[in-house]
Amino acid sequence: MVPQDLRYTKEHEWVRLEGEIATIGITDYAAEQLGDIVFVELPEIGRTVSQFATIGVIESVKAVSDLFAPVGGEVVESNAELSGAPELLNSDPFGKGWMLRIEVADAGQLDGLLDAAAYEALTAEA
Amino acid sequence: MAYGPHTNEDRARMLAAIGVESVDELFADIPPSLRASKLELPSPESEAELTVRLRDLASRNRVDLASFLGAGAYRHFTPAVVDQLLLRGEFYTAYTPYQPEISQGTLQTIYEYQSLMAELTGLDVVSASHYDGAAATAEAALMSCRATRRERVLVGRGVHPHYRETLRTYFGGASLVADEIPLVSEGPTAGTTDLAALERMLAGADRPVAGVVVANPSFLGLLEPMAEMGRLAHAAGALFVAVVEPVSLAVLATPGEYGADIAAGEGQSLGLPLSYGGPYLGILACREALVRGIPGRLVGMTTDIDGRRAFVMTLRAREQDIRREKASSNICTNQALCALAAAMYLGAMGPHGLRDVAALGAARAGELESALAAAGAPRMHPGPYLNEFAVRVPAAPAVHARLIERGILAGLPLARVLPDDPSLADALLVCATEVTTPDEIAAFAGALGDELVGGTGHEGADREGVGRETAR
Amino acid sequence: MTSTESEGRPTTPAGDRLGPTLFERSRPGRGGGKVPHPPKDALARIPADLLRAEGPRLPEVSEPELTRHYVNLSKLNYSVDSGFYPLGSCTMKYNPKIDEWAARLAGFSTLHPFAPDDLAQGTLQLLWELETALAEIGGMKAVTLQPAAGAQGELTGILMVRAYHRSRGDTDRSEVLVPDSAHGTNPATASMAGFRTVSIPSAPDGGVDVEAFRSALGPRTAAVMITNPSTLGLFESRLCELLDAIHEAGALAYMDGANLNAIMGRFKPGDAGFDVMHFNMHKTFSTPHGGGGPGAGPVGVGGTLLPFLPSPRVLREPDGRFRLEAAGERPTGIGRVRAFVGNAGILVRAYVYIRAHGDSGLREVSDDAVLAANYLKSRLAGVVDVPFSRPCMHEFVASSASLKAETGIRTLDVAKRLIDYGFHPPTIYFPLTVEEALLIEPTETESLETLDAFVEAMARIVEEAHSSPDLLHSAPHYSPVRRLDETTAARQPNLRWRAMTGSQTPCPD
Repeated sequence: MVPQDLRYTKEHEWVRLEGEIATIGITDYAAEQLGDIVFVELPEIGRTVSQFATIGVIESVKAVSDLFAPVGGEVVESNAELSGAPELLNSDPFGKGWMLRIEVADAGQLDGLLDAAAYEALTAEA
Repeated sequence: MAYGPHTNEDRARMLAAIGVESVDELFADIPPSLRASKLELPSPESEAELTVRLRDLASRNRVDLASFLGAGAYRHFTPAVVDQLLLRGEFYTAYTPYQPEISQGTLQTIYEYQSLMAELTGLDVVSASHYDGAAATAEAALMSCRATRRERVLVGRGVHPHYRETLRTYFGGASLVADEIPLVSEGPTAGTTDLAALERMLAGADRPVAGVVVANPSFLGLLEPMAEMGRLAHAAGALFVAVVEPVSLAVLATPGEYGADIAAGEGQSLGLPLSYGGPYLGILACREALVRGIPGRLVGMTTDIDGRRAFVMTLRAREQDIRREKASSNICTNQALCALAAAMYLGAMGPHGLRDVAALGAARAGELESALAAAGAPRMHPGPYLNEFAVRVPAAPAVHARLIERGILAGLPLARVLPDDPSLADALLVCATEVTTPDEIAAFAGALGDELVGGTGHEGADREGVGRETAR
Repeated sequence: MTSTESEGRPTTPAGDRLGPTLFERSRPGRGGGKVPHPPKDALARIPADLLRAEGPRLPEVSEPELTRHYVNLSKLNYSVDSGFYPLGSCTMKYNPKIDEWAARLAGFSTLHPFAPDDLAQGTLQLLWELETALAEIGGMKAVTLQPAAGAQGELTGILMVRAYHRSRGDTDRSEVLVPDSAHGTNPATASMAGFRTVSIPSAPDGGVDVEAFRSALGPRTAAVMITNPSTLGLFESRLCELLDAIHEAGALAYMDGANLNAIMGRFKPGDAGFDVMHFNMHKTFSTPHGGGGPGAGPVGVGGTLLPFLPSPRVLREPDGRFRLEAAGERPTGIGRVRAFVGNAGILVRAYVYIRAHGDSGLREVSDDAVLAANYLKSRLAGVVDVPFSRPCMHEFVASSASLKAETGIRTLDVAKRLIDYGFHPPTIYFPLTVEEALLIEPTETESLETLDAFVEAMARIVEEAHSSPDLLHSAPHYSPVRRLDETTAARQPNLRWRAMTGSQTPCPD
């Protein structure tokens, strides 16, 4: 069961909206698929990104995955702990493994994302 | 068949197990219109016949001349132990160490190679090898563009002309720009990179520079003001790429010391035969912060599940088999055995031996400079050099050809590789190493003196005699 | 590694353990005596600020220690000289020793790359004859021997394609089509050459999906890179259609020649319509793998791309003398991809191999390679999944998908347990299009005893997967080191020796 109060993307990312700030991470499913994560490349603070643009990279020992922006806006914060402890994405993807925060330009974009039930259905099929 | 173990009985057994009558049936998927005509090649040869053929071919190369040729590939002494160890089949017939549990020999030796080169260059991250100095330089320049997200590099004209050509070929594919930094034409720093020009070229804010690529020693053998160029590059937000020669790094200031971000170079001097240009050893090294952008394999130390020390290829996600079209480079097979040879060479020579090689070369080069100057061919540039330099020789290409007849390979006529620089039309690039002998120097100077005087006087005859002995 | 062929039981290698690094063996004062001492003032003429502040901290070891260091490390390696490598797409055939002898002839090994042509007639002749032979084998008009590896050959080929389209004023061609089963170097090459990669799916029969291919092909296609036989070991049976479509679209056809071992004397890519291909000397032509190179990746071209070959080419004059093209002699060439004309030392080895085999021998190589692969495939068909039942070429793909479903044992576990049986594993998890893939290529130089022993080992392992899966999950047990912590190696990279390291990681012995 994934956290019910979040929105999800088909690329296995989650979004939590608080006011105008969206916190973004990857799901436990994604982390498991990737295996032990060894490195995360996040976008610079201040960068403006559009929805679904490629904004970073997640590397595991044997695989690489692009990170996409689930919503558009300005990057206002990124999780500094990840550079020294990328394993947080494996151990606590919904909590301490959060990746970045975006000041959302258009909150309506979240409506187009999956809710928890739809996301669970997606991963059940896979 | 030459090496296959299969007898006709074996083949019959295999056909029976598969359930076909002949091997032709196994090729049925090839459309009839595409089936090949017979291979028009010579018939097979036995090993004994092959040895005769190969000896004959090899004998058609003239390798007996007294050679002063450098220009990116150098005659050096390699201790006998290197080739003996390299010939161990467990090293040279091993595959890439993708299964680390049964490849610790290869993996540890490459880790050691990386460590040895880190000591020589003063940069902590060294790739397991690249193709050669030229390709390594091109990839170093590409690295600087990726790291800075800029599209223009400045390349000194003191970088080997073939490296600059290779860089342009690689850049053509990537639609990047390489502008050349001119050399100073006169004065005490003649022949080295023009700092004032570099500063002007860095100043264009509309065309920001990703990297400044300069060689030390330069192609002309001169020592360059690396620290100053590094400062200028960094002040403009560019990376500083040093093209280096590994034996020289035993004594010369290192890329780490003068602030280079990336170092590229040719490792042939470290125990690899000249072999008409390959296989050689591309050295590529960088600061730790750039590790994720460096192409090529990397070996790291780790432990196994029982806690033993072990080695493994790491940071693999950079490589083509994982990143595919997003990989920073397509490199797969590199020059691992050459890196192993270099490591063995460094192990056999040790720090003092390597320093002696560099210093002996410098000493011989100093003697060569004096002898050639006395013969009428002075150095073209006043600045310091280690063991390679250009001398002024009127009608250099013609003199060079006549010296060959006298058993001397008098370096490289610079007109051959730098035809666009008229000041180098009458120049020979010569070098000396620890294997250059005083007799060879005397023969060269003597023969050259004769050619420049244009005569065969009494003194000339003596020198000719020496020349002929050497030519045998 | 001790061979287990005759007994078929795992054995414990004796005395094979890691030793210290060269740095840990170093003691001040050891070694020396390799070159004479220089005069004390040798460097006096160099300004002090241009010299390094301290000498490099290279290890000081004596020759006996150096020798033992490397000999003992070599014993930790698996190699073709010690055992079977059924590595699909690598062609791990035997490396003939006459090749090593030839490359070491002083006439070849001491020749300087800037030696004037008159002094290099032997090597130039060898290179020219090798080009001719490769052109004949590939059905191509001309060959360049410059590229140092297959990947560099690919880059050279695709850069020539780029130059060709530009020369026609066609700058819209921004895409290269690559089957999804392709080796990773193909798309990486396309990117390096400035193209976008368009991936073409495979059809259920393992070939390129021709309909998907046709719809992706168009005026933006510069080239299509096809591996033939494919990375599944299957000949593209609809190749004629593919090549016709490529040329109708105005694009060029590139053949990745990694799998040439299957088709020598049976199929000539150039005659079939490929415009450009690369050869892997270290695969088909037996030059040794060296732990990761050096190899060589010559590129063959038809008439269309001939003007764009890298410079300088090796030419033969009417009087029989050989020479290198002069600078500027052929301005259409794409330039250099390396400092000199090629990995000549490797090319000598390939030349010897080709001359040893000759016309009939090379065809026999391919025949035996294909025969051996089909033999192994038929014997393994009852042991593991073999997704494609039609005859394969020199390699075939097997899969542990059923095994995984039944026992939880994956291809990785099978591979690691094969090590305990004295075999190097096949290529695993490639091509990407087959689940739990094992790509198996025996080559033509493995005896039937070896092939049968491999089948036996695989059968035992499948039994073990059912009866004692933990044994496989924790394999290998009998190698010098066991499964490695690759995660820490990537999270905290230790890529060079530092004096402190010895105190943090246990020093063996």
